[in-house]
Amino acid sequence: MAEKAQSDFTIVGTRQRKVDGLAKAMGRARYTDDIALPDMLHGKILRSPHPHARILSIDTSAAEALEGVHAVVTGREMAVPYGVIPWTPDEYPLCVDRVRYIGDGVAAVAAIDEDTANEALRRIRVEYEELPPVFDPFEALESKGGDDAPYLHEPRKPGWNGNITKVVKLEFGDLEEGFRGSDVIVEHDFLFEGTTHAPIEPHCAIGLWEADPPGRHEGVAFSEGSGGPGDTEAILRRSRGMEPKDQSDRGDLDGEGQLPPPAGQLTVWSSTQVPHYLHRELSRVLGLDPARVRVIQPPVGGAFGGKSEPFDLEFCVGLLAMKAGRPVKILYTREEVFYSHRGRHPFHMKYRVGATRDGRLTAVDAHTVLDGGAYASFGLVTTYYSGQLLTAPYQMPAYRFDSTRVYTNKPACGPKRGHGSVQPRFAFEVQLDRIAHELRIDPIELRRRNFMGSDTRTVNELRVTSNGFLECLDAVEEASGWRERFRTLPFGRGLGVAGSTYISGTNYPIYPNDMPQSAVQIQIDRSGRVAVFSGASEIGQGTDSMVAYLAAEELGVPLEYVRVMAGDTDFTPVDLGAYSSRVTFMLGNACLEAARKLKAKVREAVADHWECPAGQVLLAGGWALHAPDTGRKMPIREAFVLAESRFGTLGAVGSYNTPKDVHGDYRGGTIGASPAYSFTAHVAEVDVDVETGQVRVDRIWVAHDCGRALNPVLVEGQMEGSAYMGFGEAIMEEQVYKDADHGRAGLHNAPSLLDYRIPTSLDTPELTSLIVESIDPEGPYGAKEAGEGPLHPAIPAIANAIFDAVGVRIDRLPFSPPRVWRALEDARAGGELAKPAAPNDIRTKSEL
Amino acid sequence: MLRLPPYTYHRPRTVREAVELLAEHGTEAMPIAGGTDLVPNMKHRLFTPTHLVAVGGIPGLGGIDLRALDDGGWELSIGAAETLASVAESTAVRQHLPALAKAAAHIAGPQHRNRGTIGGNLCLDTRCTYYNQTEFWREALGYCLKKDGSVCHVTRVGAKCVAAHSADTPPVLMTVDARVELEGPEGRRTLPVRELFVADGIWNSQRASDEIINRVLIRIPGPEEALGPIRSGYAKLRQRDSIDFPLLTVAVSARFDPEGRVRQLSGMVTGLGSRPRELTRWEELATGEPLTDEVLEALSERAGRQCTPLENHIVDPEWRKAMVPVITRRALADLTAPAHAS
Repeated sequence: MAEKAQSDFTIVGTRQRKVDGLAKAMGRARYTDDIALPDMLHGKILRSPHPHARILSIDTSAAEALEGVHAVVTGREMAVPYGVIPWTPDEYPLCVDRVRYIGDGVAAVAAIDEDTANEALRRIRVEYEELPPVFDPFEALESKGGDDAPYLHEPRKPGWNGNITKVVKLEFGDLEEGFRGSDVIVEHDFLFEGTTHAPIEPHCAIGLWEADPPGRHEGVAFSEGSGGPGDTEAILRRSRGMEPKDQSDRGDLDGEGQLPPPAGQLTVWSSTQVPHYLHRELSRVLGLDPARVRVIQPPVGGAFGGKSEPFDLEFCVGLLAMKAGRPVKILYTREEVFYSHRGRHPFHMKYRVGATRDGRLTAVDAHTVLDGGAYASFGLVTTYYSGQLLTAPYQMPAYRFDSTRVYTNKPACGPKRGHGSVQPRFAFEVQLDRIAHELRIDPIELRRRNFMGSDTRTVNELRVTSNGFLECLDAVEEASGWRERFRTLPFGRGLGVAGSTYISGTNYPIYPNDMPQSAVQIQIDRSGRVAVFSGASEIGQGTDSMVAYLAAEELGVPLEYVRVMAGDTDFTPVDLGAYSSRVTFMLGNACLEAARKLKAKVREAVADHWECPAGQVLLAGGWALHAPDTGRKMPIREAFVLAESRFGTLGAVGSYNTPKDVHGDYRGGTIGASPAYSFTAHVAEVDVDVETGQVRVDRIWVAHDCGRALNPVLVEGQMEGSAYMGFGEAIMEEQVYKDADHGRAGLHNAPSLLDYRIPTSLDTPELTSLIVESIDPEGPYGAKEAGEGPLHPAIPAIANAIFDAVGVRIDRLPFSPPRVWRALEDARAGGELAKPAAPNDIRTKSEL
Repeated sequence: MLRLPPYTYHRPRTVREAVELLAEHGTEAMPIAGGTDLVPNMKHRLFTPTHLVAVGGIPGLGGIDLRALDDGGWELSIGAAETLASVAESTAVRQHLPALAKAAAHIAGPQHRNRGTIGGNLCLDTRCTYYNQTEFWREALGYCLKKDGSVCHVTRVGAKCVAAHSADTPPVLMTVDARVELEGPEGRRTLPVRELFVADGIWNSQRASDEIINRVLIRIPGPEEALGPIRSGYAKLRQRDSIDFPLLTVAVSARFDPEGRVRQLSGMVTGLGSRPRELTRWEELATGEPLTDEVLEALSERAGRQCTPLENHIVDPEWRKAMVPVITRRALADLTAPAHAS
């Protein structure tokens, strides 16, 4: 789909502002919490103080009696199990009979203000029977269930362990032969401690229920005394009977007679990154006709994967609004953001990697236990991703992974930027560094030797098209002065390298269907204005800008003529959401299709007018031009007038769906499949304070193959943001919990931005972005993802740089000062604290 | 968002008026200046005063002045409501007590320093991982000795709260024998900062709850003084270069003879227990000696042996203990740094 050369572009590839940048910089953007509706109530959620307990009873009468309280809901009123992955629906909007972590939602209230809502929460009496909790994933694995160690969830089959979400074991190639033919084998254990997203905007949602007038529909309509908005019992009856028939594993409540759904329209504003999935689940769980549910996604203040599934507050504002008959807003506290979590899983990993004497990989064997927390979330996918996404950019003749995700009584883990593949990438790239060191080969050279090439298949049969990984390695090697400085910097200072790959969207949606993954509708009119209705979710990454650039480029209008309307399920086509780095690739292609349909009409109309072939009409820079004689031109507005006169009102839709032949046909082979892969290489430079263990990361050079940089400013922003985030996870971030010897087991260690430390601007390294463009054959103008891939190598590059600096390997994250200090002390005691030996052959490029 | 408990906000125009308001409302009232400590603590329901007495805008509590004393020395007088930013940037402070400017500049982040005051820093509540948390969190914990509970989760024995004194400026002030002027219902009094703190994490100050700190007074030796000028040093251990409270802070001061040999030496460490701790028995190692590497090593090592960090922070106490000599040596290095020669 790359039909133009860079020189032909007027907007694409040039440094442009974000279309929403000024509004955000000037405080004009209206985030969800900035919205206040007339008569709006404020909601709060009561949370469990126990890590594991049965709910024996909930008495909400005192809360309901409090003046100013308009509605109270409990889990039983929304007892429809859901989960963002349809195969693992294991949670409820509010707990029904059991709480599974400290912070699990139990009841919600709506009141005239937040203080009254908080007071109402204090008046709700919940009787709990505490159950033995489990926090350690290995203990959870060994559990036999029963009263002493009850499973977190019912086993899916008799005899299974109810603490296991998913087991994936896949093997490709001949592992034994691979290891037999190895001259060097490294095997080590790694621990990637969990981290959370820490978006600056806490989750927020507003529900608005507009009930139909009595008698308008056959369903039970709201009217005073017979199920009016305030009639709790009527709503309760309905909501308990609302389970869809196809929900086979619908929990342990007895269904009552199916009642017709309440009639009316529900609108939910939410700081979500998946309006479509939220739309589906709201409709399903609240028993509403999806055609009468509307989800609006205002500008989002950061998400990073932490807003990519429905959360309790979104269901609660819906049902509370229905019960109260007034709009309801819930804004999480920062503490609640830490409890809702869905952040990066702790991974306990063992990596055995073999190579020949000349550094070629022979076999990779990975064992991983994923500590999933209380619910499945995206965990099924995470379990696959933990292995499936490791197989590029290096050739591996044999590969096996064995990954098990377990439940523990902690906030649920889910997807965070680089979902499921950041942790294994850390372990694997450190193992490559070990092999390079053992063989005395330059680690960049070792990576080059194992490069898989472009237009190929991975060992697990994923189709790889464009691949600019070698250029990425070249770029960081050159920019960092690698050949002069690796292993030669003074003791305490070091350089490290790592590489990675990531998907440009998942090939399949999370619920099976044949419909497009992404779509836009474009309208143009006689004013010259181009209106793009985009289903995608702008979460700060620039998707609104991206479609504006493409529409402006194709239709030849100035960027200011393009208006992007996005994030409203009532008037934008369906897009699956801002996750898995899918939007530029998929929405971009959809946008090109729609824009090109309109462009054809405009060119045809102008060609008629000029009496020339349509192929000679160019649209660019606000003009329609005659290609053979560009002195002949008309303003684009006049071209649109000609087109509107000729064809009538001008609108077009475009959509994108993935190619279906890009993966193997084994079970799970579709997971990890993507229409295109991005590639990244980092070199990090560190300064280790050998007295304190403090690691200062001075610089990170990031080279990323994004296919084509539609706007280099945004690509660099994503590269810098990714490297920053990875750096934070490497050095300081950890979502951990107290144990029985420290206060109370299962209690979040530090649910605040004071104590959950993310790097400040003073801590942040100097980041150098080096864009590599491989021009993907299927990406929009050749573009691929840039939002998540560039995070991956940050952590292993820093780990490898620490080794270069002081000769010490630390296989457990984060590299916080106490941990590094201990490693340094151990090495000092063992006499091993020294600059490691240099490779025999730091080769210059000309020798390769 | 976490909500503040309801309160009445008083804006007295004089210290007297402020003190009267505090006396009138007793335990229901608290003074507030920048609010950077108190407001989050109120949101966490650690304090729920129904009356807040704002002292930030009282004219008598401002100003950083240097005035000549009769004995040929000077007195640096810092109004308690001066912000930490203004202390950090003050020419007089930077010239006469650079360690104080450095300490003030190391507190929290820029926004906090623009609001928070030197008086507030002297009144900073002690901090602990089991205490500086929301009401929900503390309820799930079962509360703690310092607030609403009966168990100390740090020591798990005893009835003494060990929440950590976590203010950066007091140790510096202590090493130079600064004093604070307090005003209460009984009138004014001055107290050495060294005597301001007590070893009780629940309320670690000699300041009565109805007293206000007016000023911080620091004596600066005159040019003719036989003992020579005072040099000061400060070093802080934290994980990030901004925002974080100290995991450990060491302040030192010294006077040297013209040959660079130590005449007086004083060191304070904080961030560990409920009050800053004096590093003792340094004189025998250093008096009459130049601060050679060997002397610095001996002083640091002795400091390390005197300190036992606790699990009141989320950061490994064993590492923090090992860092005492390291940070001490870095603070001592300030004393002989060329920048200090002025």
